[in-house]
This record gives sequence, structure tokens and C-alpha cells, in this order.
Amino acid sequence: MTSDPGRYNSVAIFLHWLLAIAIIGSLCVGLYMTNIPMSPTRLKFYNWHKWAGIIILLLSAARLLWRLLHMPPPLPNSTPSWQQWAARAGHSALYVFFFAVPLAGWAYSSAAGFPIVLFGVIPLPDWVPKDRELAEVLKPIHQYLAYALAATIIVHVAAALKHQFIDRDRILARMGLGS
Amino acid sequence: MKSLIRILLVTTMIAASAGASAQQKMVPAQSEIAFISKQMGVPVDGKFKKFDAQMSFDPKSPQTSKVSFTVDLLSADIGNAETERELKKPGWFDSSKFPQATFTSTAIKGLGGGKFEVAGKLSIKGNSRDIVVPVSVTQAAGVSTARGEFTLKRLEFKIGDGEWNDVSIVANEVVVKFKIAVTGMNPL
Repeated sequence: MTSDPGRYNSVAIFLHWLLAIAIIGSLCVGLYMTNIPMSPTRLKFYNWHKWAGIIILLLSAARLLWRLLHMPPPLPNSTPSWQQWAARAGHSALYVFFFAVPLAGWAYSSAAGFPIVLFGVIPLPDWVPKDRELAEVLKPIHQYLAYALAATIIVHVAAALKHQFIDRDRILARMGLGS
Repeated sequence: MKSLIRILLVTTMIAASAGASAQQKMVPAQSEIAFISKQMGVPVDGKFKKFDAQMSFDPKSPQTSKVSFTVDLLSADIGNAETERELKKPGWFDSSKFPQATFTSTAIKGLGGGKFEVAGKLSIKGNSRDIVVPVSVTQAAGVSTARGEFTLKRLEFKIGDGEWNDVSIVANEVVVKFKIAVTGMNPL
């Protein structure tokens, strides 16, 4: 409890918080935009959501690469092994979703006949064909993967808060909050 | 012998004149009318599943030829049910009130080499505009195929009125591409 919680390096910390904002923001926009009637506003939100998704995909690739090249600080020795395992599993799941959710969204967009044009300027390739039936299949896949990502984030945040405020092991310092 | 030649000649002439004025028959399976619009830079393709062409087109006499089209706006297929529902609404095609778009040629000019310039009136949603469309015709196995494309400005036809008139969201320019296959056209 008094041991030094260690600290991720500054690039990892920066990417963590930047992506936290981008991902949570995109999840909220995704929930909102699908529930408003067809309008120019809805179209704008859809395009912003897609652009954000592509940025998240790219930054997640950079982040994964960085993580593979830079070992994170070890968990405190006091962490029970089931928690160590759970933390690893949770983080792995998050990384899987960081890629799966935007990729499914990209595929859905292409299948629905709306290829992604990043910032309205850079056309991205379609890697699935425009196909109405395929779009109907991909839509719930993107949706439920996003829900799964949101659920995993909630568990991730809850676990961090539990450590910080109940176990008082200053875990947030690992991610640059407090010392 | 002389009378036989005369009969042959007369039949040929009748056939030729009939050919010039006769209507050609569209081959729907080989014909296509597609449109491409842009939403925030994203090209969105659609096509019309139902349309018809009335053509009495003689490549040797384009100035006396006539071409017209009717397009069933309710048949717009954009690959996405939500957009199709939106497209039928009053702000867009208003297809219950204006089920069809029409084009009627007013003058056709031959440019040689199977190329033509077709001028005519395009009417959508009760709004008409004069347009000139370059068309190229190719022939193979008894089927003549006319291909061409033109760009229309959707707001001139009040397509996407009201809140949708912001062209930074949906571009004003819509490209229309067509491929009309017909049988019964005189050789080029």
C-alpha cells in the first residue's frame, strides 16, 4: 500500500487520456446520432463519428505498437494473482475492441453505400462491397461491439476507482493523476 | 424482272422510312440510369430501377430524331432503406405528388463517330430546365447502346428543399449517368 505504484511513460499516458476522450466521445455521439430523425445535423454527426473512429483506429495502432515496445510498470506486488489476471484480460479486451469497433463501423459504412471520406477530403477504400444484406449484418455487430467496449470501459474505470479510493493504492498515479 | 426490281426497291424504301420513324424498343436489362450525389464529400450512388425511353432515333438523321425518357422516382435505389424513405419526402423528390421525372429532346445534333449532342427539357418535381447532354452510341449484335452523363443542380429542381438546401452538407451538383440499350435502331 505504501509501495511506489510506478508510472506509465509520458507517451503512453498522453495516448491513454487522448483516446479516453475520443472513445467516450464517439460512444456518446454514436448513441445520440442514431436516435435523432434524419436531418443535416444527423448527417454531420454520422460523418464526425466516422472520422473520429478512423482517428481512434490509427491512434490505437500507434498505441499498441508503443505498448509492445515499452513495458508498462509492473502491478504492485500486493495485487492478488486473480486481479493481475483480470487486469491483463481487461486490458487485452479493451485493445481488441479499440480495433474491432471502428473496423466494424468502417465495414458497415461501406456496405451501406456511404464510403468514408476522412474530413470530407480523403476517401478511404472500401474493404467490403456495397451490399444491403451485408450492411444489415454489420450494423448490429458494430453496435454490440461498441456496447461491449462501453461495458469494459465502465469495469476498467470502476476497478481503477476502487483501487484509488477503497484500496488507496494510488493507482491513478500510474496514469499520471496525482503522485 | 423489271417489276421485281421495282418491288424490291419500293420495299427497301418503305423499310428504310419505317426504320427512321419507328420507335426503338428499350432493353431494360441492359439499360441503367444512375446518379451520384455528394454528402460531406462522400459520393453516394443510386440508381433508378424503373424508367422507360421512347426513342425514334435515326443516327443518319439526328435532326429529325426524337428521344424522351420517363423515370419513376419512387424506384430510386440508393442501397439504404433510411435514405430511400427520406428521398420520397416532400423536401426531396416528393414522389407521391411528382412520381416521374421526364426528359424530352428538342434538338439532336450529330457530331460524327457515333457522338451526338442531345438538347432537351428535363422536368423534375414540376421544375423544368433546358439541358444539353453529350451522348455516344455504340452498336453490337442488333442492340444499340446510348451512353452519356450530365450534371444537374438539385436546387434548381427544389430537390432537397428547406433544411437540406445547405450545399456544404449535400452538394448541389448531382451527376446523372445513363446507359440505354435499344433494339431496332438504324446502323450508325
